[in-house]
Amino acid sequence: MSEQPLIHARGLVKRFGDFTAVDGIDVQVRAGEAFGFLGPNGAGKSSTMRMIGCVSLPTAGELSILGMDPARDGTRIRARLGVCPQLDNLDPDLSVRENLTTYARYFGIPRAEARRRADELLEFVRLSDRAGSMVEPLSGGMKRRLTIARAMVNDPDIVLLDEPTTGLDPQARHLLWERLFQLKRRGTTLVLTTHYMDEAEQLCDRLVVMDAGRIVAEGSPRSLIETHCTPEVVELRFGDDRPADLAGKLEGVGERVDQLADRLLVYAADGDAAAAEVHRRGVTPSSVLVRRASLEDVFLQLTGRTLVD
Amino acid sequence: MVTTLIAARLSAGAIAPGRVGAVIYRNIGALRSGPAYWVVLLSGFFEPLLYLLSIGVGVGALVGTIPLDGRALPYATFVAPAMLAVSAMSGALSETTFNFFFKMKYAKTFEAVLATPVRPFEVALGELGWAMIRGSVYTLLFLLVMVGFGLTTPLWALAALPATLLVGLAFGSLGMAVSTLLRGWQDFDLMTTAQFALFLFSGTFSPVAEYPAVLRVVVQATPLYQAVELVRGLALGAPSWGLLGHAAYLAALTAAGLLFAARRLERLLLR
Repeated sequence: MSEQPLIHARGLVKRFGDFTAVDGIDVQVRAGEAFGFLGPNGAGKSSTMRMIGCVSLPTAGELSILGMDPARDGTRIRARLGVCPQLDNLDPDLSVRENLTTYARYFGIPRAEARRRADELLEFVRLSDRAGSMVEPLSGGMKRRLTIARAMVNDPDIVLLDEPTTGLDPQARHLLWERLFQLKRRGTTLVLTTHYMDEAEQLCDRLVVMDAGRIVAEGSPRSLIETHCTPEVVELRFGDDRPADLAGKLEGVGERVDQLADRLLVYAADGDAAAAEVHRRGVTPSSVLVRRASLEDVFLQLTGRTLVD
Repeated sequence: MVTTLIAARLSAGAIAPGRVGAVIYRNIGALRSGPAYWVVLLSGFFEPLLYLLSIGVGVGALVGTIPLDGRALPYATFVAPAMLAVSAMSGALSETTFNFFFKMKYAKTFEAVLATPVRPFEVALGELGWAMIRGSVYTLLFLLVMVGFGLTTPLWALAALPATLLVGLAFGSLGMAVSTLLRGWQDFDLMTTAQFALFLFSGTFSPVAEYPAVLRVVVQATPLYQAVELVRGLALGAPSWGLLGHAAYLAALTAAGLLFAARRLERLLLR
């Protein structure tokens, strides 16, 4: 039996009036996969997620989710999705536990079963001790974990996470990543958007890089880096007295040099050798950092811009 | 009409009673969550009661009786059914305007709900259903007060009860439809003013027959006039075929308001 993709999109388009948010993308997500949409704000990630979530109909193109058509079977598809939106829309009038039990009722889950699942999920997202609290006093990380628990309440086939860790502090992000990783290990299919390359690298088996409504690259994080970038990158910073004609002086060092507003990037197979060459040419940056190439570099190579401005 | 509308959608599988119930259940949950809601609930009951006492009984002592359809009615008896209709109106309105608008625009409650199998029309029905539960408590209490003061008989109070439900449905739907059009809290001032104008001039405190002809036609086209006439006809024990016309008006308003509100929710939240 050939495995049918859970999400299949071809030539998918979303327009709002004259503005084209999603401009003909092709996507296939398979069962059990963690799939990411990486791109800066305004790349069309959220519009894509809303179409997959069946709360926004495509303007054009093919879209099938769980083998069904969102235009006809939206209700049945949504019954099998879990959605964690970009902005928390937890219910401020309900307690933490009631946020889950009430949400379960929208899926037709009986009361006793809803309570059982709520307790189990609160345990899973480490919020059991806050079950009776209202939502408002919770920290950002707790709210996001509760939203993820809410997305799990119908035991969904696919969980959609729109920028799951945006606005969270590093500690909260790591706890969240760890929980999402657990979900992934249980075999839940995750689809997420992010503009953090470290998040994409941590969580995604496969991802597409989006820019201005289009997909500019596709693959696993590793393969994207291998295809579009050198293994290592040297970051040079110069403080206030950045020498003139740096590009001229560094010509031929590594495979490519990118000048950004605050730093200079040298792409090279061997970062240390490239750094040594920089010094040999009499350029003395205030700091030198040799690191492995990341998705951020891939994005920069592909679009000429950084992910987070 | 409303029933046919709903029945048609039920049989088409577009409405699941369980999902409508879930929307109502959410509001019951919110009610349990804190005392703030109860304060709002109470104030909604006392307002028409205070008007009944101050104007119906107080001003009524100066007015004496007024003639209506060949009968001489004590003024308080004339005003009381109107206040009953007003309490049915404001009970439903306060839920489907302020609370509905907050859930739609600020708390993003409906956005979260619509990500589940629940449909916009089910949200509209559930919210209206909840408004009716809340509004019915007001009208029931108010009817008891009227019976207690001898302003209607227990039997006619029982007859007026379904009429007040229809009034609640009509204003609940209308309020919900209007809420989907509001831009922000500033628009609530406009709505409150409109509501107050209806309150004063819908044959509530003086018979519409005494208004100038032009004004009378305008007033007769507005929903509270229709509501007051329907409720008053029953509460005063003077039913006539004309009441069916008022009931039809309110049923049509309910259907139109529900459909409009659901359509707007879809436009706003499922773009």
